[in-house]
Amino acid sequence: MSTSTQETPGAVAAPADGAAGYGLARYLVVRFLLIIPTVLILVSLVFFLMRLTGDPISTAFGDRLTPDQLHAKLHQAGYDRPLLTQYLDYLRSLATGDFGRTVTDNQPVTHVLATYGAATVELACYALLVALVVGVPLGMVAAAHRDRAPDAVLRLFAILTYATPVFFVGLLLKLVFAIGLGWLPSSGRASTNVQLFLQNQTSTTGVYLIDALRSGDTTAVTDVLRHAVLPAVALGLLVAGVLLRLVRTNLIGTLSTDYVDAARSRGVAPLRLVTHHAARPALIPVVTVLGLQVAGLLGGAVLTETTFEWKGLGYELAHYLTARDFPAVQGIVALFAVVVAVTNFLVDVVAALIDPRVRY
Amino acid sequence: MALVLVRRLPPRLRLRLRAGAGVQRAMLVTGLVLTALFLLAALLGPLLAPHGYAQLSDGGGLFGSQQHPSGAHPLGTTIAGYDVLSRTIWGARTALLIIVAALILSVVPGTLLGLVSGYLGGRPDRLLVGLADALYAFPPLLLAIVMSIVISGGRSGLAGGLGAAACSVAVSFVPQYFRVVRAEVIRVKAEPFVDAARVIGTGPWRIMTRHVLRNSVRTLPLIFTINASEAILTLAGLGFLGFGIEPNSAAEWGYDLNRAVADVTSGIWWTAIPPGLGIVLTVLGTTLLGESLTDLADPRLRRRSGGSAPDPDGGTDDD
Repeated sequence: MSTSTQETPGAVAAPADGAAGYGLARYLVVRFLLIIPTVLILVSLVFFLMRLTGDPISTAFGDRLTPDQLHAKLHQAGYDRPLLTQYLDYLRSLATGDFGRTVTDNQPVTHVLATYGAATVELACYALLVALVVGVPLGMVAAAHRDRAPDAVLRLFAILTYATPVFFVGLLLKLVFAIGLGWLPSSGRASTNVQLFLQNQTSTTGVYLIDALRSGDTTAVTDVLRHAVLPAVALGLLVAGVLLRLVRTNLIGTLSTDYVDAARSRGVAPLRLVTHHAARPALIPVVTVLGLQVAGLLGGAVLTETTFEWKGLGYELAHYLTARDFPAVQGIVALFAVVVAVTNFLVDVVAALIDPRVRY
Repeated sequence: MALVLVRRLPPRLRLRLRAGAGVQRAMLVTGLVLTALFLLAALLGPLLAPHGYAQLSDGGGLFGSQQHPSGAHPLGTTIAGYDVLSRTIWGARTALLIIVAALILSVVPGTLLGLVSGYLGGRPDRLLVGLADALYAFPPLLLAIVMSIVISGGRSGLAGGLGAAACSVAVSFVPQYFRVVRAEVIRVKAEPFVDAARVIGTGPWRIMTRHVLRNSVRTLPLIFTINASEAILTLAGLGFLGFGIEPNSAAEWGYDLNRAVADVTSGIWWTAIPPGLGIVLTVLGTTLLGESLTDLADPRLRRRSGGSAPDPDGGTDDD
C-alpha cells in the first residue's frame, strides 16, 4: 500500500500492491458517502409521513387554540410556507446540527437527545454485556456438542429468545423477580432519593452508573445496578440468541479446518480445542454482527424502556408520539437513523480491513 | 409462484424425513403442530372462543373486571372486563391477517424488483441496490409507529393497524426479497438455457417469468417464515406501545399485553401470560417450520447426525 500510487489514482499500470491500497481507500470513501443517502432517505420518509397528517402545531394544540392564535403561531414558526421550502429548511438546519425545538414543552430537541440518549446508551451497553456473557459461551458449548442433546436444547433456547417479544420477557421477569420473589425493583432507573442525589452532583454524565461510581456512594451504585438487571436481561436475551447461533456456526466451520484436525489428532481435549484453537478466528465475525444488531437493539430499547419505565430515548419517543410532538419525534428518529447508518459503516470498515474480498 | 414452491417441496420432504436426524424431525413436527393449531384458532376462532372479542356481558350480566380464572372464565377477565381466553383465541385471527398482509406487500414488489433489476442490470440496478441497503437495516417498529400515526392518528381500527404494521414490515422486507432474488437471477441468467431461449427469439418478459424466476425462488420459504414472524412481532410491538388496533375493532395480543402491564405490578398473571404465549407459540411454530424446511433442503446440514445413513439420492436433487 504505497502512498505514491494513492496520490496518482489515474496511473495506468499501477502495481498490484498499490491497486489494492487504492481499492481500500476508494471503498472506504464510497462506503462513507453512502451514509448520507441512507440518513436522508429515512429522515425524508419520516418528515413527509408526519406532514401528511398536518402541521406540528395544529396536531399538537389544534383543539385548544382559537383560529387566530393558531394562525399567528403557524406564521411565527414558518409552518404556513410551502412544504418544499420547509423541507429544504429542515434539512439545512439538520445539517448544521439544529434539530429545532419541541412543540409541547418548548425545549431544544438536541437537549432531549442528550439527556435521554445517555439513559438509552447505558441500557444498550448493559444489554450487550448480557448478550456477550450469555451468547458466546453457550455458542461454544453448542458447537462442542454439535448435534447432541445440549446443541438441540440451545438451539431451541435461541429460537425462543427470538420468538418471545422483549416486552413479554420483561413482564415475565417483573412478575417473577420483582413481584413474586421481591428480589429486584420492577421499574425505573433508580429509587427516587438516589435519583435526586445523582442529579444534584456537581457534574453529571447522565449515565447513572458512572455518576454513582464518581460520587463514591456504595448504596447509590447498588441501587442503580439493581434497577438495571431486569431491563438488561430482557433486552440482552434478544441479542444473545443471535450471538449464540453465530458463534456456533462459525466454530463448527473452524473446527473442521486442518489445523484443528491436527490438534485433535495430538489428543487435545474437545473443550480446549474450542477455547484455544478454534475460537479466535470464529469470533472475528461476531464483532461485525454485533454492530448489525444495533438496529434491533434500538427497536427493542423502545419496548424495553416502556416496559420498565426506563426514561431513555425510546420511552420519550413513545411519550412525544402520544403528544403528537413532531419535531421531537423527527429528531429522535433522525438520531436513530444516524446511529444505524454509522454503525453499519463501521461494521463494513472492520469487515473490509479483516477480509480483502469484501472490498469493491 | 407459491404454487410452484408447494409443488416442489413434498417429494423432497419425504426423502429428507427418512434420512433426517431425530432433532430435525422433532423440530419439523413441533413446527407443523404449532402452526396447525394457530391456523385452526385463526380460522375457527368464532366457534372455539366462548365469547366475542369485544363482549363485556352475557345472560348473567357483566363479566366484571380482573376476575380470577374460574369456571365461567377459564383464564379470568381483563381490567376492562373482557374474557381473556376469548380474546387470546380471537387474537390468532388478527395475527393471521397481518401475516397475509405483510407477505403480500413484501413478496410481490420485492420479487418483481429483484427479477427485473437483476435481469436488466445497469444504472437503475445499482440505484436499487443502494436504496435496498439504506432501508433494510432500519427497525420496522419505528416506521410502524410513525405510519400508524399517519394512517389513523395512532387510534387504529383493524385496517389501519394492519396497514401500518404491514407497510413498515414491507419497508424492511422488500429489500430482503430484492437482494435474494436479484442474486439468484444474476446467477441463473448466465446459465446456457437462458441463452438458448434468447437465441430462439423468446421475449425478455417471457424469459424472466418462465425461465429465470422459476429457478430463482428456492431460498424464499425461509424468508417467508422470518417475514411472518417479524409481522406478528411488529404488530404486537405497536399494540404494546399503545399505537395499535383498538380493542373493539379486533383482539390483538400486543394491546392486551399493554393493558396487562399495570396488572403485573399488582401480581395479576392471567391477563399477561395467555396473549404473550399466543405470540411466542405462533412465532415459534413458523420459525421451527422454516428452519427445519431449510435444514431438510440443505444436503450439507444432514450429515454427521445421529449415525443416520447418508441419503441415497442426496447428490441428484440439489437443483
